[in-house]
Amino acid sequence: MTGKKLRVLIAKPGLDGHDRGAKIVARALRDAGMEVIYTGLRQTPEMIAEAALQEDVDAVGLSILSGAHMALLPRVLELLHQQGQQDVQVMVGGIIPDEDIPRLKEMGVAAIFGPGTSTQTIVQAFIEAVGAGPSRG
Amino acid sequence: MSLVAKLMDGDRLAFARLLTQIENEELVGLDCLSDLYPHTGRAHIVGVTGAPGTGKSTLVNRLVLHMRSVEGGKEAERETIAVVAVDPSSPFSGGAILGDRIRMRDLAGDPGVFIRSMASRGALGGLARATAGVVQALDAVGFDIILIETVGAGQAEVDIARTAHTTVVVSAPGMGDEVQAIKAGILEIADILVVNKADIHGADNTLRVLRTTLQMARPTREGRGYLIRDEVEADGVMWDPPVLATVATQGEGIPELSREIARHRSHLRDSSEWRVREGERIRSEMELLLRDHLTARFMTRQPDGRFEEALERVLTRKLSPRQAITALLEGEDEWHAKSEGKK
Ligand SMILES: Nc1nc2c(ncn2[C@@H]2O[C@H](COP(=O)(O)OP(=O)(O)OP(=O)(O)O)[C@@H](O)[C@H]2O)c(=O)[nH]1
Ligand SMILES: [Mg+2]
Repeated sequence: MTGKKLRVLIAKPGLDGHDRGAKIVARALRDAGMEVIYTGLRQTPEMIAEAALQEDVDAVGLSILSGAHMALLPRVLELLHQQGQQDVQVMVGGIIPDEDIPRLKEMGVAAIFGPGTSTQTIVQAFIEAVGAGPSRG
Repeated sequence: MSLVAKLMDGDRLAFARLLTQIENEELVGLDCLSDLYPHTGRAHIVGVTGAPGTGKSTLVNRLVLHMRSVEGGKEAERETIAVVAVDPSSPFSGGAILGDRIRMRDLAGDPGVFIRSMASRGALGGLARATAGVVQALDAVGFDIILIETVGAGQAEVDIARTAHTTVVVSAPGMGDEVQAIKAGILEIADILVVNKADIHGADNTLRVLRTTLQMARPTREGRGYLIRDEVEADGVMWDPPVLATVATQGEGIPELSREIARHRSHLRDSSEWRVREGERIRSEMELLLRDHLTARFMTRQPDGRFEEALERVLTRKLSPRQAITALLEGEDEWHAKSEGKK
């Protein structure tokens, strides 16, 4: 009777206004059997961390096109840590310049997807990140 | 500190994780729920149901904003609110997109509001069981009002409505769902009817249809089957389900809806119906659990393959399902002989 499902939060932080990519990823994750909490546009880091907590997700996927990743991501990670959610995997998709990638990884971003990454690759990365993350006692 | 102590102390992360364990029916979660149970029974549980896209989430968003912004109220006096938003799982992948939060973004940042999304996971009775558990946990940690949003008008929604004290049925003009609602008997579970999207052409018509149907239905309306009419009428307070028009996107009609929900709570408390409904709700929960447990116990006691063997015999029409179950229950081998003999 018991059944675990991967729960994932998909959010679109920042001010740019289209979430087509985020929706495509949400659907792909659903089709892979995950429960996807979709929160939509213009999410602040506070909203994202709080929703992740209330929904007890295994991973957070953020779509960032605005170039504000270096402002948004550290804050999201900081809030997750403050709340004790350091085992939640943070995945990022969007336009991220190569030179920022090492720093983001160092901060704790689990995976970064550039434009044109196939949904298959993304789904696989979510499964691996969650499987590899520290387990919850 | 024990988990229960942590929860009562407001450890939100521990609480959110408990909800997951309850949803997954993990033993640790269910045991914790038992420890929490003595603290339940105070919340007002309100179901909000209706066809897809009628504006339930938008309505819940506005309603919660309204309930949280009672003028002049001090933070400590304001009622805390939990929202449980249920969306269907995909029958193909078992996954789900839970999108109700999109419409509830105004509630972000309010520490007195907690929103949890749930997928229906398709299991018969399972959703009602999981929802009931999650609602009990929310009740135990002290949320004053718990709103449950569910889509549709099927058996699952009716079951969920049974976990609520007050059921709000939402429809919208031009979706043909006034007819749908009547068909599915959803009107019978409605304590309050809302016609949302009253800004859209055709709302007057929907309102009229619903009011007329209610009026026609009322003389024979036995309510939920557990509404004991004589008792309630003896109290002199038969509840007449109001029909309200709202424009959730603009917040129109929201104060009225909020008032009707509070009025229904008072009605239940003042009449004997609160107790009646609680009794009926807990009875159906216990019966459901009993059924599950007996089935599980029975199955583990069967020798391997015995049930499948019986199934096969029913499939080949050698036994009726009833005969097969009787035979399994009696644990006799005689049924072999019986069905062989019939050939
Ligand atoms: N015109 C109008 N549109 C509305 C009103 N309320 C909600 N909507 C719109 O209706 C659409 C669906 O609203 P939701 O609140 O998501 O509806 P829902 O019933 O929760 O939908 P599901 O959860 O998918 O079943 C959105 O585009 C809303 O903006 C209203 O009062 N008037
Ligand atoms: Mg909704």
